[in-house]
Amino acid sequence: MQLSPRLFGRDVRCVRGGREVFTGLAFEAGAGEALAVTGHNGAGKTSLLRLIAGLLLPAGGTIAIESGEGELTVPEQAHYLGHRDALKPALSVAENLTFWADFLGGGTIRPIPDCLAAVGIAHTIDLPAAYLSAGQRRRLSLARLLAVPRLLWLLDEPTAALDVAGQAMFAGLMREHLAGGGLIVAATHGPLGIDTSELRIGN
Amino acid sequence: MTALGALIRRDIRIALRIGGGALIGVLFFLTVVVLMPFAVGPDLALLTRLGPAILWLGALLSSLLTLDRLFTADHEDGSLDLIVMSRTPLELACAAKALAHWLAAGLPLVIATPVLGLLLNLDATATGAVALTLLAGTPALTFIGMIGAALAVTMHRGGLLLAVLVLPLSIPVLIFGVAASQAAIVGPLPFGAPFSILCALSLVSFVIGPFAAATSLRNGLD
Repeated sequence: MQLSPRLFGRDVRCVRGGREVFTGLAFEAGAGEALAVTGHNGAGKTSLLRLIAGLLLPAGGTIAIESGEGELTVPEQAHYLGHRDALKPALSVAENLTFWADFLGGGTIRPIPDCLAAVGIAHTIDLPAAYLSAGQRRRLSLARLLAVPRLLWLLDEPTAALDVAGQAMFAGLMREHLAGGGLIVAATHGPLGIDTSELRIGN
Repeated sequence: MTALGALIRRDIRIALRIGGGALIGVLFFLTVVVLMPFAVGPDLALLTRLGPAILWLGALLSSLLTLDRLFTADHEDGSLDLIVMSRTPLELACAAKALAHWLAAGLPLVIATPVLGLLLNLDATATGAVALTLLAGTPALTFIGMIGAALAVTMHRGGLLLAVLVLPLSIPVLIFGVAASQAAIVGPLPFGAPFSILCALSLVSFVIGPFAAATSLRNGLD
C-alpha cells in the first residue's frame, strides 16, 4: 500500500546573520493538510519557508518528506511562492508561464491558457508582464503552481495584493490542491479561507 | 533537456528585446575599436601590429560589462530561487545560462570583427585569424566570468568586484588569444600551438565554470 506523504521538521534551528531567529521548532503536516505559519514581523516566517525550500541551510535539526516521490529532495517536490514574483517584464504573460512550466515541469501537464483562465487573467495572455498590475502579477505567479504539479506548496503571504475575489479564487485553488492529496505551508497574517492548523513562531 | 532548452531560449529572448543588454556589449566593443585608430594615429604598420590586441581587449572589456547581469537580474526578481530549487541540476542550469549569454553577447562580437578589422588595417587572413581566436576564446571569458558573476550575486555587490575577481583569471585567455592571432599574421611561431592552448583554456572553463558558479550560488543564497 502506498503511504500518504508527510512533511515534518524536528528541532529546527535557524540562525541569520549571527542572530538566532528560532530554535527547537517542530512541525508536521500530512497529505491534504495546510499549515499556517504565524508570528510577528521578523519572527522568522519567511526564514522557515526558505529553510523548507532549501534556500537557507538550517543551523540544526531536520526537515524531510516521508513517502514522497522517490528519491527527490524536499525542494524538488515543492513550489515556492515568495515575495518576489519571478517574472520577466520583457516577456509576455504566456512566455513567462511557458518558461516556468517547461523549466520546472519539463513540459506542461495543464495547457497554459487553462492555467491563466483558472487564475482569472486569460485576457492578458499576450501582454508583456511589465504592464501587469501588482495583483495580476501575483495571479500569474499563482498560475505557475497550477501549470506544474508539485506535492508541497510553500506560500509566503500568498494573498498580498489580491482583491477579495482573488482571495476567494485562491482559497478554491488551495482547497483543490489539498483535496488532491497536496500539502501547503503558508506564512500569513490574515485568514487564508481554508482549514489550517496553526504553527506559531515566537511569542 | 526541455528545461535547459527553455532556459536558453528565455535568456536569449530577454537579451535581444529592448533593454536586454546584448547590444550594449557589441556597441561598447565597436566604440573601443573605432576610437583606437584616432588615438594611435594614421600609422598603418603600427595599427596592423596592434590590431589583434585591440580587438581582444575590446572583447574582454565588453564581456566584463555584460556579465554583471548574468545572475543579478534573476536574483532580483526571485527567479534564481526557483532555478536553485528545480529538478534540473544547478550546474547544468548555470552552463545553459552561460551558453545563452555567449550566444547573445559573445557571438555578435565575433561577427562584428571582420568589419572592425578594416579600421585596423588588417587583411583578410589576419581578420579571419582574429575572428577564429575570438570564436574559440570568448566562451572561456563567459564561463570564467560566470564564476565572478555568481560570487557577486552572493555578496550583493556586483560591478567592480566582478572585474577584480575575473580579470586575473582572464589574463591567460587574453595572452594566448593575442599570441595565436599574432602568430597567424606575422609569425614566426606556428598558429597551432597558442591556438590549441586557447581551445584548452575554453574546455577547462566549460568544466570549472558551471561547477564553481553552482557551488557559489548554493552556498550564498539567503
